[in-house]
This record gives sequence, C-alpha cells and structure tokens, in this order.
Amino acid sequence: MSALTPRSFWRRFLPLRPMDTVFALIDCENFYVSCERVFDPSLRTVPLAILSNNDGCIIARSEKIKAAGIPMGAPYFKWEETLDKIGARVRSSNYALYGDMSTRVASILEQDALAVERYSIDECFLTLPALSRQNLWRVGDNIRRKVLRWVGLPIRVGIGPTKTLAKVSDENAKARKKAGMGRGVYVCPDEPTRDDFLQCVPVEDVWGIGPAYEESLTEKGVSTAAEFRALPDPWIRTEMTVVGLRIARELRGHSCLELELVRPDRKTLVRSRSFGQTVETKDHLRQALAKHAQRAAEKLREEDLVARGIEVFITTKRFGAPPHYSNQVAARLGGHTARGTPFVRATRHLLDPIYRSGYGYKKAGVQLYDIRPSRPHQTSLFGRPREEDEDLMNAVDQLNTAYGRNTIHLAATGVAESQEWEMKRQNRSPRYTTRWDELPTATI
Amino acid sequence: MPLVATPIAQARTDTSIRRPLFLSRVEAGFPSPADDYVETDLDLNNLLIKRESSTFFVRASGGSMTEAGIHNGDVMIVDRALEPEDGSVVVAALDGDLTVKRYRVFSGQPYLVPESDEHDSIPVKAGQELVVWGVVKHVIHEVS
Repeated sequence: MSALTPRSFWRRFLPLRPMDTVFALIDCENFYVSCERVFDPSLRTVPLAILSNNDGCIIARSEKIKAAGIPMGAPYFKWEETLDKIGARVRSSNYALYGDMSTRVASILEQDALAVERYSIDECFLTLPALSRQNLWRVGDNIRRKVLRWVGLPIRVGIGPTKTLAKVSDENAKARKKAGMGRGVYVCPDEPTRDDFLQCVPVEDVWGIGPAYEESLTEKGVSTAAEFRALPDPWIRTEMTVVGLRIARELRGHSCLELELVRPDRKTLVRSRSFGQTVETKDHLRQALAKHAQRAAEKLREEDLVARGIEVFITTKRFGAPPHYSNQVAARLGGHTARGTPFVRATRHLLDPIYRSGYGYKKAGVQLYDIRPSRPHQTSLFGRPREEDEDLMNAVDQLNTAYGRNTIHLAATGVAESQEWEMKRQNRSPRYTTRWDELPTATI
Repeated sequence: MPLVATPIAQARTDTSIRRPLFLSRVEAGFPSPADDYVETDLDLNNLLIKRESSTFFVRASGGSMTEAGIHNGDVMIVDRALEPEDGSVVVAALDGDLTVKRYRVFSGQPYLVPESDEHDSIPVKAGQELVVWGVVKHVIHEVS
C-alpha cells in the first residue's frame, strides 16, 4: 500500500466544518490523442489527429493540429493534404482503449475526492472539502500529478463553490496554460476578486448559455459573466427561464446543481435478434437494423439516458456449413441523443461497408455506446462548448451538401469501396489494455 | 520416484466479476460444517497487482534482459505509480520506443543497464529526455 491511504491527502487540511464542500471539474486534455500517446511514445511530439470510426471525420486533435487551423469534425479527405504537409500522424478511434483509460482516471479520482460524478468519457465532477484557496490548489495539483503519473494522461482541474464556477475555472486554467501560465489548475477566487475574474469571462463562454440567449443578452448590453450574474432575477427568469436563473445563481456562488452520482450501470445497450430464417438481402437487414435502432432509442428514453455512439453488426451462423462472415462498424453522432431518427439513419449508412452479398445472415443488431444520463431538465446547461458543436454541425452540413444525402451523422464520408474501407481501419492502434494479443511491446 | 502434484487451491479465472462472498444459502436444515473454513478463492491479481488503475501489461521483445529473468515474449506487469529507484527494472521511453532496462544512477548520472553480456549500458546524456514509463514488478514467463 502507498503511504497515503485514500483520502488522507486532504484530511491533513480538514477544516473545522468538514461538511462544506466545493466542486472540481477534471478535464482530460485532448483525451483521445493523449491516450494514443501513452502507449506510442513516437506520437508524443508529432501532430496527431483521431478519426471517427470509419475514418470519415477528424474527431480529436492535438494542439499542433488545432494550431494548423484544422477544425473539429472536419472531413478527413478534405484535409489529408494539409495533414501530410505538417507531418501529422492519423489514427482511427480506439474506443476500447479510451473507455479503459477513462475508467482508470475515474477510479484514481475516487481515491482523493469525497464523491465523483463521471460526467463524460473525458470529464468528471468531484466534490472536495471547502479548504482555503491555496490548499485547494495543492489538492488539485496533487490530483493532476497523480493522474499524469499513474496513467500518463494530462488533466486540467477547475475548482469553485458551484459546478458552473468550477467549469468557468477550468476554462480559465485552459486559457492560462495556453498562454504559458500555470500548470492547468485554477481555483475560483473569493469575492470581491471573483467579480474581477468574472469580468474577464465572456458571457457566451459560460456553461449553458446557448446561442438562444445571446441575442437578448446583447440587447441588454451584457457581455461578461459578471454583468450577467448582476442582472435582476425577474428579468433573467422572463428571458431565460429557470435555466438561466440557475446559471446566474451558480455564478453568484449558490450551488444549484448537485453531483449526479447515479451513474448508469450500462455503458452499452444492445438490441439484436436472430432471424427466424436466414436473410440474404440488404433491404431486409436494413429493416431489421432500423427496427433494432428504434427499439434501442426507446430503451434509452425509458431509462433517461442518451447515447452518442452506435455500432451495427451482422453475422452468419458461426457453426455449421460455411461460408461464415460477420462484421461490425461503429460511428458517433454529432451529439448525445435519445431520438430514434439519428440512430436509424446511422444504421442505414453503416450497413453499406459491412454488407456482403452471397451470405445467409442469421443475426443482426445494434449496440449503443458512449451513454450518459439525459438530465432532461438541464439539457442546455450541459451542452458541450458551443463553438465545438457548431463546427461539428457545420461539418455535417457540408457533408450533406457534398453527398446530396439527407443524413445527419458523421459516418457517411468514409463509406467507400469496402476494401478501401477495411484498409483505412488499419489506422486503429492496438487495444493495448483490453486484449492479450495487442499489448504494447517494449524492446528488452 | 513419480512426481505427485497436490492441488492446493483452485485458481480463479473470472476475476473480472466481483461479488460479495456468500458462505451458504439460507435454507431450512443445518448448514454445511465446511462453511466456517471457507475463506475466499486465491486471486492472482491480489498477489501481483497492488494498484489496478496504474498497472499495465507490456509484452517483452528481445534478449537483453534474460539475466533479470525477462525473456522474449514474456508479459511484464508494470506499475506506473511507483517511483523508479536505483536498481528498478523499468519500461522507459527513449527516442520514441519503449525499452526495458535496469535503471541505475552512478554519480548523479542515470543509466539504462541491460542484463546481458552482449549489450552495452546506455548513458542518458544531458539534453536527452528519458521518460520512465513504469516500473516492472513481475514477469509472466511460460515454462517450456
């Protein structure tokens, strides 16, 4: 055992009223890129882009890729030349690896926090005891160093008395680090310094203030987070509903959002069925998959969950007379959803690259992954940074135009000739942590 | 004389499933007298892995560490949480590759030392970045 038993670190600083807590947001930096770099040191210094599952779009970028102006969600084929020019390396996404690393990070955090909410694959909210600002910084930096050492992933820590202020602090830590200041740990200052700090935060950068509110805020002459939280409650409630009011209160230091500790047990949701008799045509498979996707989405809504990833699989009988064939392909949607349509549309396009004629298929199904609670009343509070979403949606729109297809998912691009597609998938790194035959290799 | 192997305990292979230990089902009648002696199954993970989240398996390739008991193809159990000390066997990232050597410090200068006569020590020169990836704690070697 290590000298420090779990939670002993902050116990050294325990204040007289240990029930007072603050929130910390832990954000893994360039998570997919960082995961790849842990196991392949040759990727540490080169620009690195991660592609969606069928190599259609760029879904994660290292700093140098961002600096080269390559947007999030950009179609790979359009940027291939630029990537070559800057000497970039490219990897297909490796969700088995990312999922395992994400679990490791969360379980490390659980040792030092009072409670942990796994918010997404690369973010966790924690509660910590309300220590002095300096000691909170030390706790945050300790967590940062521990995660870096134990799993090799760089993280940022934003700490504040509410979730929203923790998020603002994380954004500030990011900006400061980019400017060469600090190590990525920032603790929200106390009043009145907090007001000066929030004067520097553009209101549209505040978590949950979507484009819908931007216009009325501009009209009102509000451009910073400090100005926003100083608005009178009735105005906010009228113009921005109870959601806006909650953001304002959180910015004032009154916590309205608790940790959501009830994590969905399920990480994936599978819907599949064996056919009564073998199925050969693509049309029939398509119908079956659409039905499964529809039912999977229903199931999501039943359990108040949303998902972003979908995998489609088809298989012939595994035993008995050949020929045997099975294959699967996955894609991520533009965002988390529990609506049936995006999933159904995705199945339609995902079937193309894996379907082979001349086989008698026995079973088909879908699996949803990247699942999290839907939090129905706070949807807009929990959005990804708006800019990223917009870029993603722009990319999707571009694709729709380019292909003349009424599709809203990102998978459509990489679907080319099947052989080419299979070749492209070789950009995926080994599943270093979940397969015995794909372990990282070290020369002795 | 024939060699007799005595089974001492059943090894577990299902350690991904965690569950509480229930000693007996509650039923009418009398409990099994063996229940008082049931402890738990032996779990190799308990023996070999101290910290699950910082432990990684790494495949060894090559022949410079045979005298340390690491052979080509072995699976090494590597703990990243451990601080490398003088004498630790480490996985290190050097020039973009992962390599396994004994980490030594001679008069302030770190060296990566092979355990084989056919290989030379690698001094880590000033300006060269040595990243110790993790400390090798155990090695799984198949007996031929």
